[in-house]
Amino acid sequence: MSSSCSSFKQNAAVAIHDPKLQGALGKLGDGLQARRAAAVGQLPEFDALRNDAQRIKRQVMADLDCYLEQFESKVLEQGGQVHWASTADDARNAVLDICQKVGAKTVTKGKSMVTEELELNNFLADNGIEPVETDLGEYILQLRKEAPSHIVVPAVHLQQDDIAKTFVKSHAQLDPSRDLTEPERLVGEAREALRERFFAADVGITGANYMVAETGSTVIVTNEGNGDLTQTLPKVHVVVTTIERVIPTLEDLSTFLRLLPRSATGQEATAYVTLSSGPKREDDWHGPQEFHVVILDGGRSELLGSENQDVLNCIRCGACMNHCPVYGAVGGHAYGWVYPGPIGSALTPALIGVEKSSALPNASTFCGRCVEVCPVKIPLTDIMRRWRVEEQTKKLTSPFQRAGLSAWAWLATRPGLYQALTGLTAWGMKVVGRRRGGLTRLPFASGWTQYRNFPTPEGKTFHAQMKQKAKTKANLGVRYE
Amino acid sequence: MTETTSSIQVALYVTCLVDVMRPSVGFAAIKLLQNAGCDVIVPKQQTCCGQPGYNSGDEVAAKALAQQVIETFESYDYVVAPSGSCAGMIKDHYPKLFSKDAEWHSRALALAKNTHELTSFLVDELGVQTLDAHFEGSVCYHDSCAGLRELNVKAQPRQLLSSVKGLSLQEMKGEEECCGFGGLFCVKYSDISNTMVSRKLDNIERSGADTLLAGDLGCLLNMAGKMTREGSTVKARHVAEVLAGMTDLPAIGEGEG
Ligand code: SF4
Repeated sequence: MSSSCSSFKQNAAVAIHDPKLQGALGKLGDGLQARRAAAVGQLPEFDALRNDAQRIKRQVMADLDCYLEQFESKVLEQGGQVHWASTADDARNAVLDICQKVGAKTVTKGKSMVTEELELNNFLADNGIEPVETDLGEYILQLRKEAPSHIVVPAVHLQQDDIAKTFVKSHAQLDPSRDLTEPERLVGEAREALRERFFAADVGITGANYMVAETGSTVIVTNEGNGDLTQTLPKVHVVVTTIERVIPTLEDLSTFLRLLPRSATGQEATAYVTLSSGPKREDDWHGPQEFHVVILDGGRSELLGSENQDVLNCIRCGACMNHCPVYGAVGGHAYGWVYPGPIGSALTPALIGVEKSSALPNASTFCGRCVEVCPVKIPLTDIMRRWRVEEQTKKLTSPFQRAGLSAWAWLATRPGLYQALTGLTAWGMKVVGRRRGGLTRLPFASGWTQYRNFPTPEGKTFHAQMKQKAKTKANLGVRYE
Repeated sequence: MTETTSSIQVALYVTCLVDVMRPSVGFAAIKLLQNAGCDVIVPKQQTCCGQPGYNSGDEVAAKALAQQVIETFESYDYVVAPSGSCAGMIKDHYPKLFSKDAEWHSRALALAKNTHELTSFLVDELGVQTLDAHFEGSVCYHDSCAGLRELNVKAQPRQLLSSVKGLSLQEMKGEEECCGFGGLFCVKYSDISNTMVSRKLDNIERSGADTLLAGDLGCLLNMAGKMTREGSTVKARHVAEVLAGMTDLPAIGEGEG
């Protein structure tokens, strides 16, 4: 997918001044955050589970090729097919190929961020195949021609009346004055619109929250049931996923199933957990005739063995963005690529290059809330910081910043000179602050003074006072050495 | 007291912001430590802990400053800072910064072990439960991110505040939410930082408290600067000032609206 990460700042400024968006984002705190807190509070072993999950993921990454091979051979055994795609192009073509072989005209789609990464909808449409999103949020966004702004709640940036307007416009055959003030009515109307699409689809495409190596199953964890209809009704089921989604066993799956819903939506369990293990067998009641798994690398394998490898452990729960004050201020679209929030800031540079996404790892105060809530304990802030090191090394940061930091380090490693200069600065600011009744403008810090005053320093620095006290022996019983 | 049980030696890491902006916080820390029976030393060679460089990806600058801090402070029993952010830098980040350098890594680890944020040092290491201080007013307490998440500073300042006569604690909503300071972040992403500090200010105002306290001067300067710009009547102080009973000086930015 093309990115606009480099316009993060501009995107953010627009987002901050969009009252509709701000209203929608305001709901994160009392909604998703509060629900997660309640669910986690009721599970004393939650933190132990996080450790287990981190251990399982690290074990997988250490032997990723073996688990993937095990998964593949199980899928083949069960009559399914696996397509390896090292690039987004490969993955798109693999999906198109499958669709064309069965002469597909329409495909239904369950929620999948990987297909966003592939911009699969546009690609299929360009090739004469109509994609139909069946997840409610994704369906709304498809009507609005918008990208998801959140990985779990894709339309979180919208308010109910936005959605009602979209439906009135798109479902033009219905009475435009119908009552759409209740969420249930919107859900009902979308269901109605999608019903025939489910039956008409030739291929159903879903993502996978997990691939279980020991059983060759792909797993989706959902609340709407649309994923199940997407994958069981059409003749062909295509799972589009990425290499790091494999886990060893069903036992491990149970660990993740306890963590994911609680972290994502504060639910103990989602309404549906669906395992797909190959095409319909003879005595199965229903199921697709063909079962394909397209597994994308897309730059992920380069993270293996690197310091940032843990970012591959992500289970896409969205908790980091729900709790991120920066995401909460600007929303997901400002980030400019598929994955917003802290996980986006840590992962995007690995997938599209730090050159194109250098703003993202910097868009954090390192407050650490994301790390605190991440169910697999990814050190997101450490990873963002390492991207900043890479930017610094590649000289992608502003020359002004680089020179400033070097000058600061030069000065601060010369304590005598440093103290003389800071003494002068404190004194100067005090004089100016007093004269003006406060510091409302500062050179080099207009970003600060645009919105806030800079409090005036007390006057003499701590060190200047200590020096003086040491001289006059009124040293408070402190050794100044 | 006999020679062999001489008092605990504590080196004060005053932090560059306290040094320049609000030296009284340093003197308040000295008083608190001395009252708790510590022998306080202020090493002259201290400047900045290197966090600006570290958080901006300049590891060369960060390492130079970290080495200076390690050399200056490693010979003392304890290092205490009136800041969760700087103490966290030493305790949590120095060992990571030197992860590929065996010698400096072990020196960083040794220093990390002995380094503490002021209120957690008083409560967790020295077992201080109550203080003899007086402050007339209602306060809310902002949990600064590094102190809270890197060092687990949460209960300790509240424990100490609960013994201050005349003081009532009125928690704000979202007390653990970042104020939007984030070092250079507040200048580089000033729009976002402003949104964050504005939300913070709403919560502070709604708490009904007349004074905002925190354990980190960076956050306090940010919030106080916003409060004076917006004409808020809430005052901002470092928690050490209140705990040490040193509240004669004007609050941070007071009267500069
Ligand atoms: S980084 Fe952690 S918190 Fe964020 S989406 Fe991934 S698993 Fe969830």
